[in-house]
Amino acid sequence: MGANPPAPKDDDDVIIRATDVTVRFGSKTILENLNLDVRRGEIMGFVGPSGTGKSVLLRTILGLNPKQGGTIEVFGTDYEKASDRERLAIERRWGVLFQHGALFSALNVLENIQVPMREYLDLSPKLMDELARLKIDLVGLAPDAADKYPSELSGGMIKRAALARALALDPDIVFLDEPTSGLDPIGAADFDELIMTLRDTLGLAVYMVTHDLDSLFMACDRIAVLGERKVLVEGPLSTMLEYDHPWVKSYFHGKRARHVVLPDEKSAGSAADTQGSV
Amino acid sequence: MAEATRAESDSAAPRRRSEAPSLKGERHEGTLVLTVAGDWLSRTVGALEKDLEKTAEANLGSSITMDLSAVGHVDTAGAFVLERLRRQLSQSRGEIALDGLAERNRPLFKAVGDAMDRERPSAKPAETNRIVAAIAGLGEGMVGLKDELVNGLNLIGGAMYGAGRRLSGRTQLRPAAIFNQIDQMGVRAVPIIILITFLVGGIIAQQGAFQLRRFGGEVYAVNLVGILVLREIGVLLTAIMIAGRSSSAICAEIGSMKMREEVDALHVIGLNPIGVLVFPRLVALTIALPLLTFIANLAALAGGALTLYIYSGISFANFAQGLQNSIDLFTIFSGLIKAPFMAIVIGLVAANEGLKVGGSAESLGLRVTSAVVKSIFLVIVMDGLFAIFYASVGL
Repeated sequence: MGANPPAPKDDDDVIIRATDVTVRFGSKTILENLNLDVRRGEIMGFVGPSGTGKSVLLRTILGLNPKQGGTIEVFGTDYEKASDRERLAIERRWGVLFQHGALFSALNVLENIQVPMREYLDLSPKLMDELARLKIDLVGLAPDAADKYPSELSGGMIKRAALARALALDPDIVFLDEPTSGLDPIGAADFDELIMTLRDTLGLAVYMVTHDLDSLFMACDRIAVLGERKVLVEGPLSTMLEYDHPWVKSYFHGKRARHVVLPDEKSAGSAADTQGSV
Repeated sequence: MAEATRAESDSAAPRRRSEAPSLKGERHEGTLVLTVAGDWLSRTVGALEKDLEKTAEANLGSSITMDLSAVGHVDTAGAFVLERLRRQLSQSRGEIALDGLAERNRPLFKAVGDAMDRERPSAKPAETNRIVAAIAGLGEGMVGLKDELVNGLNLIGGAMYGAGRRLSGRTQLRPAAIFNQIDQMGVRAVPIIILITFLVGGIIAQQGAFQLRRFGGEVYAVNLVGILVLREIGVLLTAIMIAGRSSSAICAEIGSMKMREEVDALHVIGLNPIGVLVFPRLVALTIALPLLTFIANLAALAGGALTLYIYSGISFANFAQGLQNSIDLFTIFSGLIKAPFMAIVIGLVAANEGLKVGGSAESLGLRVTSAVVKSIFLVIVMDGLFAIFYASVGL
């Protein structure tokens, strides 16, 4: 694997460490010997052609999908081998934003946010209400959205509400599956901004599957490209721009990328130059 | 007055043990210093809720400072309760600062404070009077009844229109869809229908024979079974079974298509959803239910014959003879003729409920339940209407 071996001092900061993960569906191998680290306080973006297993990897890390080989450590614990108690401890420290929100349709937004709180926290209903309303404010939803049901929300509001639920327990890491898909560019930019603010204020690690180039360029600290059943390359944007692989090249230098990259390309290039000279 | 408090730290987090949060008050030359320490996390602040409330309400004098220099980890819940306490204490005494707030926590407190500053809507409008609500519910129900009738007629119209377009060749007739539905709703229901009607036929025969034995007319149990099964029990049991089995299926299918906007997709493609979704199911039910009723009749008679043979010693030949004497073609068809009407009612109610499904999983469950309840109810009402009709025309 071409990934840089993480420095030993970083070990404390590693939230997710996947080692030699292999996933097969029948005879079809989706992921093979995949290695990956996600560290505290970073926004990690995942890209790759459709069908290369981005969602499969996400689901595998979350324990929703069995794997055929390798280990995945979350907060230093192997989720698969963990006891129920340890699993519970892991589950309350992560939050997940599913691609379509996956809000509980029978509950309104406020109740949706309170579902994990009721389960895990020993708080009075009044404080829980107030905290849920605080989360609604934090993700930039209008306060009157609290009493609405998911079927009454727009696509962007569903994403925000689902993010608020993912943040209900103040997790250490949130998984976002295509958080900006289906949002207008302004809404998507707001969402990126929001993710960055949350990362800065709460020290969140963010695991983001996305196809939104703007998100990648604006929000992500590191990017991993999935392809050929493994992580093709990972690193900051400058690494992506230099990496020589047909798909990576066409992705980061394609027509759609041009308008986003061009203004930065010089600075990114020069940054890479200085790095090279150092 | 806030005293030192300890919260049991949560032991379910194995890796990072959190230190219990604490809130202490001490007086220094007339100034009350509130010392905040420990980890203020969503899973730990619950223990201090009461103390925070008491502190906010207590009379603490005019001069207060809050010292946060001993605070460890803080998350949004911790920041929220601390910021709220600060605001509550500030109300009567002018701004109190959070002294010693660590640099890394500043953005969090700022974000939480900003969020708290946003306008919140006032509480929900007051609840209406319970009696008024009950009367209003009744009224809505009555008005809803009218809407339901109109909807049902709408569905019949839509299905007829769809049928017309299909039969006149303007739209493709899709026999495959109808046969598939007949398979689902008819063929696959055969075993359970046979089982149930066989048992009920047997039970009726036994009960009839037992009662008639006292009058020495045990052999008339054959007449009882024959007439009761053919006129009422066969069709009624089958219709109720199908109402439970297929109306739930139809309602859930159409309802989940409604939820995923598939019905809307049919609309914009220019297909009439009622023609596409409801028509094949109605046709299939109308074909399947009479056939199932026929099978049910045979099974119930077989159950009756077997029971009478074992229980009363009436041979199968005698059973057939008795049957021949007591029933005629009209008896058979007076039962069978009800089947297509019941089929249409079941299909319409189910499709109507399915199309009313809203966006939530809850509404789907609600609609499926009401489809089953309503169709069973209407099937029985319909049977009663037929009985009245037959009686008044003297048959």
